[in-house]
Amino acid sequence: MLLCQVDFLPQWRRAAQKCVCTWRSCEVLACLQWLCSHPVPVSFRLCFKDFFIHKFKAVLGKNRIIFPGEKVLLAVSGGPSSCSMLRQVQEGLSQKANKKLRFVPGVAFIDEGAAIGQSVEERQRTVAELQAVFQATGFPFYILPLEQVLDLPASVVATNPSPSEQPASAYKAAVHHFVETDGSNFPRPQEPKKTLLPRVQESHTLMLQQLLGSVKTLTAREELLNTLRQHLLVHTARTEGYSKLMLGDSCTRLAVKLLTSISLGRGAQLAQDTGFSDSRYGDIILVRPMRDYSAKEVAYYNHLFTVPYVVIPSVDTKTVDKASIQRLTESFVTKLQTDFPSTVSTIYRLTSEKLQTACRKRSGADGCDRCLLCLCSLDTAVGESLTHTGVTVHITVLHFSFIYKQGCT
Amino acid sequence: MSSPLRGDGGAELLFNGVKKHHVTLPSQSEPWDMKQLLVWIQRNLLKERPELFVQGDSVRPGILVLINDADWELMGELDYQLQDQDNVVFISTLHGG
Repeated sequence: MLLCQVDFLPQWRRAAQKCVCTWRSCEVLACLQWLCSHPVPVSFRLCFKDFFIHKFKAVLGKNRIIFPGEKVLLAVSGGPSSCSMLRQVQEGLSQKANKKLRFVPGVAFIDEGAAIGQSVEERQRTVAELQAVFQATGFPFYILPLEQVLDLPASVVATNPSPSEQPASAYKAAVHHFVETDGSNFPRPQEPKKTLLPRVQESHTLMLQQLLGSVKTLTAREELLNTLRQHLLVHTARTEGYSKLMLGDSCTRLAVKLLTSISLGRGAQLAQDTGFSDSRYGDIILVRPMRDYSAKEVAYYNHLFTVPYVVIPSVDTKTVDKASIQRLTESFVTKLQTDFPSTVSTIYRLTSEKLQTACRKRSGADGCDRCLLCLCSLDTAVGESLTHTGVTVHITVLHFSFIYKQGCT
Repeated sequence: MSSPLRGDGGAELLFNGVKKHHVTLPSQSEPWDMKQLLVWIQRNLLKERPELFVQGDSVRPGILVLINDADWELMGELDYQLQDQDNVVFISTLHGG
């Protein structure tokens, strides 16, 4: 008789649903029986680990967007989600050939110490800690002070032509070829060069702080930071020859982002902001492979398998619930999740998956107006909705023309 | 009764940045449970902003509590009776992506 056919006590079933709502129920119940007689036995850890790794490979395999041998830049903030993503890539690249991940990774970390008023010593300490983590992976890595965003050329806010659309059969053919040749024709992972910590001019730090300080609300400041971060990552990917950028947003984060985006008037851009792939930049595709993991799963995995990560305060650390729309939405979703454990998965699955199809039809039209900052198509359809109109963009463009004018050669 | 406690994922920011605490709870006639432990932590270890850690009787939503590496929801949450050398970990899942 299968364990799932055994009549477990209702409170066990409820508890199982609460803590691992994305698992299949018979797996959970099997684990539960063990848990009640042994404190987290090895078999539980292993089946959890296998399932965790399997989900990562499955989401990449299902979407078939990363071709064998392609250079992929991993955006790691030092937080649990992105460090877990880094660990999955490491695990995935080290396994036997037919199930192995086939791309060539690099790691990018943005030092945002200036945004939170950290001293130079504090920033160097954090960077040194993360540098040790990156060096242990053996992948090439780039430490980018956020101040570098002030030197970006204006071309970063341009959509470059995307590579020609590959037919579906091309992916299978590419994988077949890779396996046949044992990957020998594809670029080898680079030897990580000895990177020195980049020096930052104090004037740049002050300029950046001035820019962030000029933004009146925490909501807008967080949005601006997001935009600057993305520009810097895309620029680095372009200059270092990467064609894909992997972001570590978990399911919980994306559910919060989805609701926040609606509140901020970005309803028309939801599919790009929260979907698996985001092609607004044309030549660089953003992918979110962690979108099937809840924050809780990630935290649990990191704890059980000692995944190193560094806690870095952000602009909304220790702020009250109502400090920004992002904080309020996060508080709302996490509180609801406590009593209704399928909140996050419902928000994420029912809405973001449906939105994907609708947006693709629209993005086919070329020459449509795009926002200067986020490069998404403007939703300027006449009607009651005032999502993301030219007016709102204009005010923040004034800040931007200041930065990019300074940077343009 | 002594127990190792640990705060992680950002939770340690509320405990002066100290991640590990080995605590010895004063002996009493009834066994210690998680509810009492939380009150004890609030009184003796929390250095600032108690509302970011404790909410009402329980922890703030978003904080994962592990007792001997198992989710406390499987152990009875607040009603779980602590045993000597039980390992309790508080991980904030709200921080970092």
